[in-house]
Amino acid sequence: MNDDAILVAERLTKKFGEFVANKDISVRVRRGKLTSIIGPNGAGKSTFFNMVSGALVPSSGRLLFEGRDLNGLPRHRFARLGIAKSFQITNVFPLLSVLENVRSAVQAQHTQFNLWTPRARMTEYVRVAEALLERVELIDKRHLRAHQLAHGEQRSLEVALALASDPKLLLMDEPTAGMSPEETVAMMHLITQLARERTVVLVEHKMKLVMGISDRIIVLHHGELLAEGAPDDIRANEEVKRVYLGSSGQ
Amino acid sequence: MLAAHRLKSPLKASSWLDQVARHRTAAVLIALALLPLVMPYHSLAVNILTFGLFACGFNLLFGYTGMLSFGHAAFFGAGAYGCGIAIAHYGLPWWLAIPLGLGLGALLALLIGALAIRSRGIYFAMVTLALAQCVYFIFLQASDLTGGDNGLRGVNVDAVVLGGLRFSLIDPIAKYYFVLVFVALAVALLSRILRSPFGAAIEAVRENEHRAAACGFDVSTIKYLAFVLSALFSALAGALHAIHLSTVALEALSYHISGQVLMVTLLGGMGTFFGPFVGALAFLAIEHIATNTIQYWQFVVGIVFIALVLFFPRGIWGTLLGWMRR
Repeated sequence: MNDDAILVAERLTKKFGEFVANKDISVRVRRGKLTSIIGPNGAGKSTFFNMVSGALVPSSGRLLFEGRDLNGLPRHRFARLGIAKSFQITNVFPLLSVLENVRSAVQAQHTQFNLWTPRARMTEYVRVAEALLERVELIDKRHLRAHQLAHGEQRSLEVALALASDPKLLLMDEPTAGMSPEETVAMMHLITQLARERTVVLVEHKMKLVMGISDRIIVLHHGELLAEGAPDDIRANEEVKRVYLGSSGQ
Repeated sequence: MLAAHRLKSPLKASSWLDQVARHRTAAVLIALALLPLVMPYHSLAVNILTFGLFACGFNLLFGYTGMLSFGHAAFFGAGAYGCGIAIAHYGLPWWLAIPLGLGLGALLALLIGALAIRSRGIYFAMVTLALAQCVYFIFLQASDLTGGDNGLRGVNVDAVVLGGLRFSLIDPIAKYYFVLVFVALAVALLSRILRSPFGAAIEAVRENEHRAAACGFDVSTIKYLAFVLSALFSALAGALHAIHLSTVALEALSYHISGQVLMVTLLGGMGTFFGPFVGALAFLAIEHIATNTIQYWQFVVGIVFIALVLFFPRGIWGTLLGWMRR
């Protein structure tokens, strides 16, 4: 049944000492769809994400990306394979210019050890970077240093960095964290646009935010898979209701 | 983290400064070519060249890649001993001895780097320090080759013969320009490296190692290559230093030298292109004046250093740049 799954997790488990952060999670992420992973704080969403993006190595279980086992790959290979992540905590190159942030991320996909050719001659990376900045509406700020951007703008830069590798699978870890309501609306709009051209997986703990835009929902609870399905199924799921409405009321 | 205090101004600015920056290699070389005309002590001027070059190499790793090594004396010393032994023991010509010094430096960097880049921050600094101390004691023990405690004598290059022309290196001015030729090549190469895609890669690693890895940068290989390149520049500086002094003191491998290159780089301005030479000029000038006036010259250097780090954390050149860009 390798139909349309771009990412398959098989009994994926991550332990930190005695603590089991993810336990036997088996899910399939469908190609071209927008999937959201939800769950209360501490449900294991970020751990799951970190394994898919290569930042953490699973304790057991398998992860298959387009049928290829990701186990044992060094972290920098994930971007080349087509997996990219935007981080929950803003994670940019603070003292580089906004343009150079994205330009170097674009360049990373093509050349890293060229010691000789001046970068000024490699104009195609600049063009790609500028197009990405156009897209996240930061083109006017391209000459500022990244740390000078407002919080919401840094979140947008974060997304542009993730897009720089033109990923097949885009992982977004709470992209609206700390954003104003207006910025949140703009970000959700951008996410739905991005989801039309590539597979997007979103981690969010604000359930309402993702219900309207997601094709599929994965619910984690205490490190385990609680439910998976279309938004309507999840809304009707008694267990999900109990976990969400019972605890935080979101 | 290491460079968090640098310019906060926007990056867009077009002035004469940017013109200078565009031709930075030429600017450095013109300044260095004129140095002996204003500097009465020509031997000191050669020291500024070699130490400035050493600091350039160190700066590639420290200022641009964000890795603080406390063991760079190993590479400076390896360059000096490699070149010095080739001349003093085997009577090889300088044009063979210098590459041999570079080779020894590269070999050590490949070994030390492979072990050290597994650790980060202060642990990296400690590992490089420990391994450099190992190198120190190995060279101390191998006294048949190195002269041990007494140092290596007889690194004599009296003259350079090029195409029938003979330049005597006894003349300090001739020696200065001989060394400057190598410094010029090294500085041009360094500028080229910093402008290359690899130059962008090391800055990305310095700014945010985890993000760089997430973007697809092969962080450990980038760090390793930066380490080895940095060591090569340091070894060249050591080789030239050996030829300049005609001897190699065991001191060249000591942790004092590792500390000194860090001080020179910080004095001048880490992560700036001109900084290492400005720092070498300032450091050696202070040392020269202080040793002639009081017994405890390190005291003066220490005070100046502390004052600079506290009040001008960008170093002399970094601070000047900040003012000029206003």
